[in-house]
Amino acid sequence: MAENRLIKDCKVVVIGGSSGSLEVLLELLPDLPSPMPFVLIVVVHRKNSNDSSLADLFSYKTSLPIQEVEDKDVIEKGHIYLAPADYHLLLEKDGFFSLDDSEKVNYSRPALDVTFESVADVCGRSSVAILLSGANADGTQGLKAIKKAGGVTVAQKPDTAKVPFMPQQAINQGVADWILDIQQIAALIQSL
Amino acid sequence: MYKELIQIEDAEVEHLLNDLFEWHGYDFTHYSRASLKRRITRLCSLDKFPSLAEFKYRIKEDKAYLKRFVEEVTVNVTEMFRDPSFYKTLRTEVLQTISAKPFIRIWHAGCSTGEEVYSMAILLKEMNLLQKSLLYATDLNPSVLERARTGLFPLQSMKQYSENYILSGGRKDFSSYYTAHYGQVKFDEALGERMIFSTHNLVSDRSFNEFDLILCRNVLIYFDKDLQDRVLQLFDESLGALGYLALGSKETLKFSVVQSKYKQLNSEKIWRKIVS
Repeated sequence: MAENRLIKDCKVVVIGGSSGSLEVLLELLPDLPSPMPFVLIVVVHRKNSNDSSLADLFSYKTSLPIQEVEDKDVIEKGHIYLAPADYHLLLEKDGFFSLDDSEKVNYSRPALDVTFESVADVCGRSSVAILLSGANADGTQGLKAIKKAGGVTVAQKPDTAKVPFMPQQAINQGVADWILDIQQIAALIQSL
Repeated sequence: MYKELIQIEDAEVEHLLNDLFEWHGYDFTHYSRASLKRRITRLCSLDKFPSLAEFKYRIKEDKAYLKRFVEEVTVNVTEMFRDPSFYKTLRTEVLQTISAKPFIRIWHAGCSTGEEVYSMAILLKEMNLLQKSLLYATDLNPSVLERARTGLFPLQSMKQYSENYILSGGRKDFSSYYTAHYGQVKFDEALGERMIFSTHNLVSDRSFNEFDLILCRNVLIYFDKDLQDRVLQLFDESLGALGYLALGSKETLKFSVVQSKYKQLNSEKIWRKIVS
């Protein structure tokens, strides 16, 4: 199998969420280590729109390089990447992102499952996936893939989530290695 | 919902792609792997094949299934007036400029089921340009072209399309362009009169005309960088001087071999060929 230069030298952390996840992200971003010794990918359900205001909003909270992904952007350590509205975000084994505008998954595009499964496939044991607040079951299937690939899976502690359904679903399916509140998630990220 | 997907290894994907080319001449070897592998895994599970071997046998032997494979593995999601601001720019800048030409040739490369071609025909009609225009619409997939030719679209999509149309600067009642029956709508035949549908494979087929505007939106995302470069060169050969090239909202000419010959229009993914 093709050896992938991404997973050789760093971890890939992917955080996904839906309603109620934005607040958590805004709390986590200022606490990220700088420079950041890993790649951070953020996938949140968003309204179908063309604006890039989410990346702008996030950039107020961190000095780390942050960008909304365009097709075939190079994946670089220390950067934060945001899945664009209306596309699924996938990783290629030669160190690029690619985008996909195929059918919605779990009524969502971007879907957390699609990106989580792609991270599992490409990064295997180097992947860390964190599932935050949200109102649908997206993400559980993806966590399962990450777990199977030997990565670490985290679900936000449901009673700390604005909408507990999404992390609760993952916990019920037995695919969360860790169940953490926001401070504990921040601490885990800093320890990577 | 928590179905087990069949696990397909990377090497098996490569074998399948090589076999597919050998058996049927379809060359997917330069498609983006991540998406392609996902589509293949999805189809294999969807159609409940117990193993990859049986899936491959069916693709090899059954022409009807091959058709399904090509249709399902390539992505045919499209809508009318998708990204309204893009269509607004087409209306106010691109078509405005091209209208000075005695005859207008437009190529929709990878047109899928035709939603964009019909959107374009509506713009041209509203600008009184349709009669002097020809819209070439191509796809590698004959079955989506058959659908595109009919001018039939699902009724349930019309609410969304109508909203997109208004946001793009459309001033008419969108429903005046079609008649609805039995869950489908049929678009005005006059819109289809200037369209030419034909199979064309961007991977293997050559340039076939010179155009004033080429649209290829959300097709290149499925190709690797090598193939993207080759296709952009094909477009470059097919564009007349000062012609326009329009890509999807997350696609770019940046880092491509043809970049230096093009100038981007403000914020939209539209480039003008400034060096012939």
